[in-house]
Amino acid sequence: MTEEKHVVTMLVDNQPGVLARVVGLFGGRGFNIESLCVAETTDPEISRITLVTRADPLVLEQIMKQLRKLINVIKVRDMDKSKAVQREMALICVKAKPEHRAEVLRIVDIFRCKVVDTGIEHYIIEVTGDEGKLAAIINLLKPIGIKKIARTGIVALFREPK
Amino acid sequence: MKPNENMLTGAQILMTVLQEEGVDTIFGFPGGAVIDIYDELAKTPIRHILVRHEQGAVHAADGYARASGKVGVCLVTSGPGATNTVTGIASAYMDSIPVVIITGQVPTHLIGNDAFQEVDIVGITRPCTKHNYLVKRIEDLGKILKEAFYIARSGRPGPVLVDIPKDVAKNRTAYTPIEPVRMKSYNPTYQPNKWQLEKVIALIQESRRPMIFAGGGVILSKGSAELTDFARKTMMPVTTSLMGMGAFPGTDPLCLGMIGMHGTYRANMATGACDLLIAIGVRFDDRVTGRTDAFAAQAKIVHIDIDPTSIRKNVLVSLPLVGDCRITLSELNRLIETIDFGDLKKQRHDWLDQIDQWKQTGAMNYDQTTVIKPQYVVETLYRITQGQAIITTEVGQNQMWAAQYYHFDFPDHFITSGGLGVMGFGLPAAIGAQVAQPKKLVVDIAGDGSIQMNIQEMATAIQYGLPVKVVILNNRYLGMVRQWQELFYNKRYACTDMEYAPDFVKLAEAYGALGLRATRPDQVESVLTQGLSSPQAAIMDFWVDREECVYPMVPAGATLTEMLLV
Ligand SMILES: Cc1ncc(C[n+]2csc(CCOP(=O)(O)OP(=O)(O)O)c2C)c(N)n1
Ligand SMILES: [Mg+2]
Repeated sequence: MTEEKHVVTMLVDNQPGVLARVVGLFGGRGFNIESLCVAETTDPEISRITLVTRADPLVLEQIMKQLRKLINVIKVRDMDKSKAVQREMALICVKAKPEHRAEVLRIVDIFRCKVVDTGIEHYIIEVTGDEGKLAAIINLLKPIGIKKIARTGIVALFREPK
Repeated sequence: MKPNENMLTGAQILMTVLQEEGVDTIFGFPGGAVIDIYDELAKTPIRHILVRHEQGAVHAADGYARASGKVGVCLVTSGPGATNTVTGIASAYMDSIPVVIITGQVPTHLIGNDAFQEVDIVGITRPCTKHNYLVKRIEDLGKILKEAFYIARSGRPGPVLVDIPKDVAKNRTAYTPIEPVRMKSYNPTYQPNKWQLEKVIALIQESRRPMIFAGGGVILSKGSAELTDFARKTMMPVTTSLMGMGAFPGTDPLCLGMIGMHGTYRANMATGACDLLIAIGVRFDDRVTGRTDAFAAQAKIVHIDIDPTSIRKNVLVSLPLVGDCRITLSELNRLIETIDFGDLKKQRHDWLDQIDQWKQTGAMNYDQTTVIKPQYVVETLYRITQGQAIITTEVGQNQMWAAQYYHFDFPDHFITSGGLGVMGFGLPAAIGAQVAQPKKLVVDIAGDGSIQMNIQEMATAIQYGLPVKVVILNNRYLGMVRQWQELFYNKRYACTDMEYAPDFVKLAEAYGALGLRATRPDQVESVLTQGLSSPQAAIMDFWVDREECVYPMVPAGATLTEMLLV
């Protein structure tokens, strides 16, 4: 069976130790976590955890069941791309020597992202998008020189009925 | 502020909830962080059993829970008291036994400071408890304790730990009795799906070689009577896991005995040949399945369990059914009443006949020669006690011989550390079982190695006048490991020789128990009779054949039907 990437989101009690239970479950059972994102929902007692994992269908089934078994986990969903909106944000610090400044700005323009900080030799770019978009811009900026990068990991929500 | 009538200390709230939950016995060991709780405990009618090691407290609570059907409770101090419970908790977790463990903790303002006897026991036990809590505010204490008991006993049961800082136990707050617990994120499924039930019936009708594989879930859900009914009405033979011993009467003609690595020849052969396997309250441990891809290879597998994670974890199944084992079985029994199965006797004839042949070829024989055979000790014990004793075990060969040669006709009579397999379990578990069932004969079938791991609990047995009996199958080896070395490591017995051991008869006497020894076969019966009929706790030391092995044996990772027979 083949491994595939899955975005799993869950609503959990917003209490100390809950994230440790979730992460501990993955560590202890040998499941993998590629990215992880946690924040409060509009209800301060509930947080949403979104994580990306790579698993074959049987392992994914175990992941979902094991998560549901945790007492502090209220709801778990597999955010299938066809039904969910998936987004990630990255802050990318690129080298910007005079001879490259125009090109960087052109890329920023094409990808409709923002320059949020600038100096003599760098720009920090804020980019939001799905996986493909982030991969594409990173690919284009790499030859120019990425000094640092910080990514949020994917967050996702199911689309509402039209 | 003057102490108000309605203002209770944390310790008093704990006592109130314990009594609301019907707790009448606690196994524990005191220390600085729980001194306030102990002070309050002494004022209640709750019985406290002072163990000699905190691991013993948890195993005793485990044995108590299994023998009583209630939640077992332990109370220990912070730091080392708490860490000493970890093995016991892990064992209860693997075997799904409802236990609530109360640990003391350093005062809240010291948490995180590496204070004296501070340890993050909630962090340590997170992966081996069903759930655990650190109580930071006294206002939450009552609710948390209620939840702890509810979680421990409901759904798939398990241990729940509550860590109570010293100031939380000491401070006061208003206490109003807690409403029944309702939790939005925890709702076990008890009722099975109706359509799935009907599919089970259809599979039984189609099947020519059906069998049942029952486990601890049947015992935990108190579904043995329903299982027995189900099997007899459909004339399906039943094998059980180690944890399921007694879920179906061991002496019933339909009983195949235990499945797995040291299962019976007929149980393992039948598993390989059946065309329908109805698994109830099991989790397909690797000691049961052998090579999973060849496990029950000809069968459609129905899997009934209250825990969805057990299903399709180790073995693929044709028909999953999430629900309580007892409820599911009684629903199936109700459906069966409406079905005409035709002439079952005739339909099952060939299949049961084949099983009978396996029973003859793979009989559990041994030659009782001039040295005592361990199997003979267990068989004699079975005969003398007429199968009525509660048997606990240690771990190793002793555990397997107990399972093979004592035939369990009732649930809750075989108490063993199945999932974790922890040496040192049997004696404290026997103490817990004896506390729960004072009138019953409770026997720990032990190995010479294991018994030394929690031998200190003999003092507990003596202090409380608990007449537990320890039957040591003394081979002066860590026998089960030696068996693997004999069979798979060219007889290189690295570090398994236990020639150096205490004189168990003198040791018994030193504790104030009766000590007896048998070195010849003709002494076995009289030693057992004398030891079992004494009103005292007793250690009976049987010098058995040193190099006897447990058979049948399926080598680790092999297919179930590839058994070594001698
Ligand atoms: C706490 C613990 N440590 C180690 C083991 C590994 N182990 C399994 S069986 C066994 C031998 C037990 O020896 P003994 O109690 O004499 O029983 P026998 O097999 O000889 O009947 C050992 C060391 C274990 N199960 N538990
Ligand atoms: Mg031994």
